[in-house]
Amino acid sequence: MIYQAGSKESNDCLITIKKSNETKIHIDSIVGHLFYDQILQAVKETLDDQLVDHVEVTVEDKGALDYTIRARLIVAIRRMKNDV
Amino acid sequence: MFRSLLFIPGNNPSMLQNADIFMSDGIIFDLEDAVNINEKDNARNLVETYFFTTKDLPKNIILRINPVNSLFIEDDLKLLLSRKIDYILLPKANMLSMYVIDKMLSSLEEKNNLKVTKLICLIEEAKGIAEVDEIAKHPRVEALLLGAEDLTNELEIERTTVGNELLYARSKVVYAAAANQILAIDTPFTDITDQEGLEYDCSNAKSLGMKAKTAIHPSQLETINQIFSPTKKMIHWAQGVIQTYEKVGKGVFQYQGKMVDKPVIEKAKKLIEKAKIFDLL
Amino acid sequence: MLNALGRDIPSHLKPFVNSDDYKNHKRRLISKKIKQSKTVFLSSYKEAFDMFNIKDNQTLSFHHHLRNGDLVIREVCKLIKEKNIKGLHFAPSSIFPSYTEMIDLIMNENITNIHTNYLNGGVAKVISQGHLVGQLIMNTHGGRARVIESGDLGIDVAFIACPSVDKFGNGSGAIGKNACGSLGYAIPDLEYAKKVVLVTDHLVEELKEYQLSSEYVDAVLVVDSIGDAKGIVSGTTEITKDPIGLKIAKDCSILLDKLGLIKEGFSMQTGAGKTSLAVVSYVEKIMKERNIVGRFASGGITKAYVDMLEGGLFKKLYDVQCFDLDAVKSFNKNTNHLPMSSSEYGNPFEKDIIANDLDFVVLGATEIDLDFNVNVTTDILGNLIGGSGGHSDIAHGADVTIVISPLIKSRIPIIKENVTAITTPGQDVDIFITERGIAINPMRKDLIHKLKDSNINIFTMEELLNKTHSITGIPAKIKKDDRIIGHIEYRDGTVIDVLRKVHDDYIR
Repeated sequence: MIYQAGSKESNDCLITIKKSNETKIHIDSIVGHLFYDQILQAVKETLDDQLVDHVEVTVEDKGALDYTIRARLIVAIRRMKNDV
Repeated sequence: MFRSLLFIPGNNPSMLQNADIFMSDGIIFDLEDAVNINEKDNARNLVETYFFTTKDLPKNIILRINPVNSLFIEDDLKLLLSRKIDYILLPKANMLSMYVIDKMLSSLEEKNNLKVTKLICLIEEAKGIAEVDEIAKHPRVEALLLGAEDLTNELEIERTTVGNELLYARSKVVYAAAANQILAIDTPFTDITDQEGLEYDCSNAKSLGMKAKTAIHPSQLETINQIFSPTKKMIHWAQGVIQTYEKVGKGVFQYQGKMVDKPVIEKAKKLIEKAKIFDLL
Repeated sequence: MLNALGRDIPSHLKPFVNSDDYKNHKRRLISKKIKQSKTVFLSSYKEAFDMFNIKDNQTLSFHHHLRNGDLVIREVCKLIKEKNIKGLHFAPSSIFPSYTEMIDLIMNENITNIHTNYLNGGVAKVISQGHLVGQLIMNTHGGRARVIESGDLGIDVAFIACPSVDKFGNGSGAIGKNACGSLGYAIPDLEYAKKVVLVTDHLVEELKEYQLSSEYVDAVLVVDSIGDAKGIVSGTTEITKDPIGLKIAKDCSILLDKLGLIKEGFSMQTGAGKTSLAVVSYVEKIMKERNIVGRFASGGITKAYVDMLEGGLFKKLYDVQCFDLDAVKSFNKNTNHLPMSSSEYGNPFEKDIIANDLDFVVLGATEIDLDFNVNVTTDILGNLIGGSGGHSDIAHGADVTIVISPLIKSRIPIIKENVTAITTPGQDVDIFITERGIAINPMRKDLIHKLKDSNINIFTMEELLNKTHSITGIPAKIKKDDRIIGHIEYRDGTVIDVLRKVHDDYIR
């Protein structure tokens, strides 16, 4: 099962999350050359805050600010948790 | 005090990140009609993280929540914990929804030690119009906002450019607000390409006693602000009245050939106050 | 060796000094070409190649008035490929995405060097990635006139697409099935190329008015079609609907008004983008409200300006190229809609150029830095995405130069400590307008003084940069490649910056 939140509109991102044996994070961003590290950090911190591991997270980013990435990931995680 | 309020869809990151740059006197972050039912959680979380992380927020923040009888109401109200929200915009306001929201807010405020939440009530049902005098009396209520789209749908009537069909509703809202010294805010003009129509609609609403208007696109703000601001001529007149009053030092005098007494002085003071708030002096 | 803006320039090139330095130098002119015999009429590109003996290592030039609809440069490319002529130097005034035939020629070293003023699309991509064997030299529109008239860029054959030609060999852009209006960018090529061929699909008996005189024309090549009209009209006629763009345009008009620039007899130029059109429409509103008539507007001309000319809001339009069909129509019929050559437009050594007569200009930027230097040539990674065109020419000429841009585009900050490449020097940029406030060049004390009591949000460029970073986060440093693929030549012929290949890490 995959769970998603967000969109591929500009300044937004689409987050896809699914269960996995180990935690993996994929980032595909139109501004990856400038903000890869910050996007990765936002994802890691949010996973920690939400006490989530063993997931595979994919970020398809269209120039979202950090708080948008965090908000989308939180919703994707909640959608996953609510489905259990 | 407002002249203009701009609706921004809660789930639109592009609009959200620029909410602070527009010339509206306040921003309505919309979790209700502008958000698809499947995206309610997305919108709510986006607005929440935006409130918590953004340095330059707009000057007046209004949150349009979902109706009190919806599944989303409790989560929506939790955004008050951010302590960034100035007003809650209550959709489908009537005496019953007022009763419910008041209970919910009181309990939330007590539990979390929040200050009293102020309300703007969206009058968009025949029931709301019928009960508007009572709604306006409620101590939480600071403004009434007429919602003409839902109202005309309910009445099965067409909205026209002239707007005769809204005359009663507008007047009801205006008088209820005035009687309780709160603000009457007009319904948005929905055709964003029709500049002339917007100008007429604003002037018409203003002539009936509306004090502000909502916008659904930033391009409407200039016209709204212009029409709902005191004119330069009026400001000049008010300044003249106050100056003369301070000079003669008595309650009744003549200014530009006309009698000035207490109500006129009060009107002039109010006008100057307004002009100050809107940076027009 | 460092130039005056601190950019490291290879020692064999002339470093940029400052934008007024041309005044210390004399104009250099080669003699205009003299046609040796009667104009010859040809019917195929092959005949033209044979007649002019086009061979390895020559320089061929073109203009870009037909933009994405141009078939002439593409047909010439096809024949070069067929004949496998090597080592050519190409000098089109601009390069558009539809000129795909050039890509192969670059990869196969048929084309090894390029002079142009603007490029985007596939050609820009392969050059950015380092596939041009020689060098890419980017000029301004006015600078291209200078580099040709001085002989610094010698042209062996100029292929001039021409929408109508008469039997004497005079040419005009005003009429014909591919009419494009003014042919301003072709004039230096016409006058100074060793050989000139007009390529047309519309032969007429006699043109009463023409911009291209037969006295320079060696041959006329008559073909079925020189272009595709749909691609010619590439200018937008729509005002932006983007709320950020509208806000910037509105603030720009307020600022112009506060500075007293919209006054009887004023002159202006803007770009043809959607935000610029919004600025024009706000200016138009102010002019109408106060019954102000301007002296002229110039540049690439759009419908918006044509309407203002016809409505009596401007006395004249000076047109180097038409951006849409309304402009073409007006150019053909309205005697106050006048052509100008690229030299009359922006050549620093030409007398009384239009650029110097401008009260204000409104320009764009892909990047701007703390010293107000502007980049419109590359993106942040170094990919070529445009070029000066007239940017540097009118920025220098105008009394007040305004640059408008959002602070942030898809999280990318527009302000940088140092721009990736300098197109226009900061000394010629006066005001930067964004959605969150403006910055005024500290050298313009007069403008700062005029605005000090206004309620416009004025910041330093550093403050705007910090504001941006507080929203986006601080971006990572971009890796630069060592290999120099060309340079940006300032309008006076000095080198304002080098162009580097995009780093392999950013090439997908």
